[in-house]
Amino acid sequence: MLSIKNLSASVGGKAVLKGINLEVKTGEIHAIMGPNGSGKSTLGKVLAGHPAYEVTEGSVSYLGQDLLAMEPDARARLGLFLGFQHPIEVPGVSNAQFLRLAYNKQAEAQGRDELDPLEFDDFIKERIKVVAMKEEYLDRGLNEGFSGGERKRNEILQMAVLDPQLAILDELDSGLDVDALRIVGDAVNTMRRPDRAILLVTHYQRLLDHIPADKVHILSGGRIVASGGPELALRVEKEGYDWLAVGA
Amino acid sequence: MATSLSQLTGQEYKYGFRTDIESDSAPPGLSEDIIRFISEKKGEPDWMLAFRLKAYKHWQGMAFPEWAKVHYAKPDFQKIVYYSAPKQKPALASMDEVDPELIRTFEKLGVPINEQKALAGVAVDVVFDSVSVTTTYKEKLREVGVIFCSMSEAVREHPELIKKYLGSVVPYSDNFYAALNSAVFTDGSFVFIPKGVKCPMELNTYFRINNQESGQFERTLIVAEEGASVSYLEGCTAPKFDTNQLHAAVVELVVLDDADIKYSTVQNWYAGDKDGVGGIFNFVTKRGLCKGKRSKISWTQVETGSAITWKYPGCVLLGDDSIGEFYSVALTNHKQQADTGTKMIHIGRNTKSTIISKGISAGESSNSYRGLVKIGPKAGGARNFSQCDSMLIGQASGAHTFPYIEVQNNTAKVEHEATTSKIGEEQLFYFQQRGIPAEDAVSMIINGFCKEVFRELPMEFAVEATKLLSLKLEGSVG
Repeated sequence: MLSIKNLSASVGGKAVLKGINLEVKTGEIHAIMGPNGSGKSTLGKVLAGHPAYEVTEGSVSYLGQDLLAMEPDARARLGLFLGFQHPIEVPGVSNAQFLRLAYNKQAEAQGRDELDPLEFDDFIKERIKVVAMKEEYLDRGLNEGFSGGERKRNEILQMAVLDPQLAILDELDSGLDVDALRIVGDAVNTMRRPDRAILLVTHYQRLLDHIPADKVHILSGGRIVASGGPELALRVEKEGYDWLAVGA
Repeated sequence: MATSLSQLTGQEYKYGFRTDIESDSAPPGLSEDIIRFISEKKGEPDWMLAFRLKAYKHWQGMAFPEWAKVHYAKPDFQKIVYYSAPKQKPALASMDEVDPELIRTFEKLGVPINEQKALAGVAVDVVFDSVSVTTTYKEKLREVGVIFCSMSEAVREHPELIKKYLGSVVPYSDNFYAALNSAVFTDGSFVFIPKGVKCPMELNTYFRINNQESGQFERTLIVAEEGASVSYLEGCTAPKFDTNQLHAAVVELVVLDDADIKYSTVQNWYAGDKDGVGGIFNFVTKRGLCKGKRSKISWTQVETGSAITWKYPGCVLLGDDSIGEFYSVALTNHKQQADTGTKMIHIGRNTKSTIISKGISAGESSNSYRGLVKIGPKAGGARNFSQCDSMLIGQASGAHTFPYIEVQNNTAKVEHEATTSKIGEEQLFYFQQRGIPAEDAVSMIINGFCKEVFRELPMEFAVEATKLLSLKLEGSVG
């Protein structure tokens, strides 16, 4: 589904990704781990097409198409979803409004029927149960006054609404307490399907206790320095990153 | 002492220049002679001429105002033509001759074809239709005693009302452009709602325009007697391409006991090009007098056009328990400038005013809110709430706020809130990452920002205003 070849990118003139190679097949869950500054979040943003980042080398094929040639919203409509590490607030636009527009843009792109406000209302009230959020949140401004944990749950709600092919979840577990982590973990698990794929960007093993990964990659200094199965994550948990003996 | 037609026709005009009544404009320039000429052309009674001349004398002694945060080349008042013969024949033969950019705007805004033609100066072929529409409108109003006509007609047909109310809210001495307007005003609207009548329909200036051009110096007066009520819509969303640079209008509203007037404006006049060349100077004095007890005036404006917008629709809250409201969205893009706001003057007891102002600046534009809340010594129990929000788009635009608060009564409550926000790269990316294109994103964010104001507009205007904002912001992000 996703094929990254020799991808290099920089931000503000500084190189952050230095030749990433990665293959993700449908039905797989990959974990991307690494120390701070390794480029973990950058990978997600570059794949999603964030304007601050410049691709300096390499190619990415997504569902057989040239991903880097597409505008960010076009990539999204092809089912690419980025769960942000620090979701931003947009007062004045309600959560419900935002979600309905996003849903309808997807539906339009995929040749499905759009939903009017009443139909969407029914639809969203079902989805909201998955992330254990209160209905009144829907009328508030997008992430307005939401705590970090609430914003993360809002990201997963959006994922549930948009049902993406490829979900890149950037540090989903940061800012979540034990209960919230369980809720979010369960929610993501219900969305696993043989024709979907997930990239989990994380520091810690604990997220992988909830969402088991098929493959684990360690990113350091903008490069993948190790790849393996779930045991790789357990080893990092016990020994840290030093044994990999790599610099930034 | 009316000058008869026969005395004027064919004679060498005693004031120094020759003219022909049938078709002619005055030569450029401003003088007492020109004013007399204007007054005679319009067939005005003596008292109207006297009013104009007093205003002109006063204007001559006034200093050119330079305090606003707007920069423009000082108009040469001697180069302006103050009277143009009524244009009976439109200038263009068909829509093919109209600027394609203008047509694109009409289409995007969904302006009906006949209105397109009238606005573009094209002959309206289905004349019968528009005549019948205007006629039924006028009949409905006549049945309930509502007067809605041009100012020129009102001066001739309803002199007692004009004499009573004209200049009672904005005296010619008020400011430089009000004085100029009082001397040379060409036409405008007059609305009178008699006691206890709720006007059965929204009054729209489109229906008042005959084949004549309304001119640069519009004068409007709306009076609502005891218990009367009216909603008045000014302007339209399609750009008015006009060679006239300076538009100095005066609007006066008077409400008596238990009456209310809602005055809505959506303005999209020619704003000049991307480099700030050309465009209309929109300088307006608008004021409402809440004369009666429990009277109410509500100003709602969406200003998106003109090279420079300079206006402060305000309310004088004289009657006890009277209410003044001001809802505004002012958008500036490219090199536009706006210095706009309101004045709420609390004089009577238990008066209330609400100000909600939204400024959106894009491109290299400059957008200033200037507001005055004045609580007089006898204004016991006065309440004011002001909210001024600015939204900046891009890196080069500017927003400024100049609130003036003067309180002379210690039982008054005045609240002022202000926020500034940006449509930043991160917000836009968030929308895009959810499959929403940048243009839709900007539209959604802006409409969320403006919704408190749009809510106050009559429904059809609200829909047009929403579309208009999106249109004006095209290409402003990224």
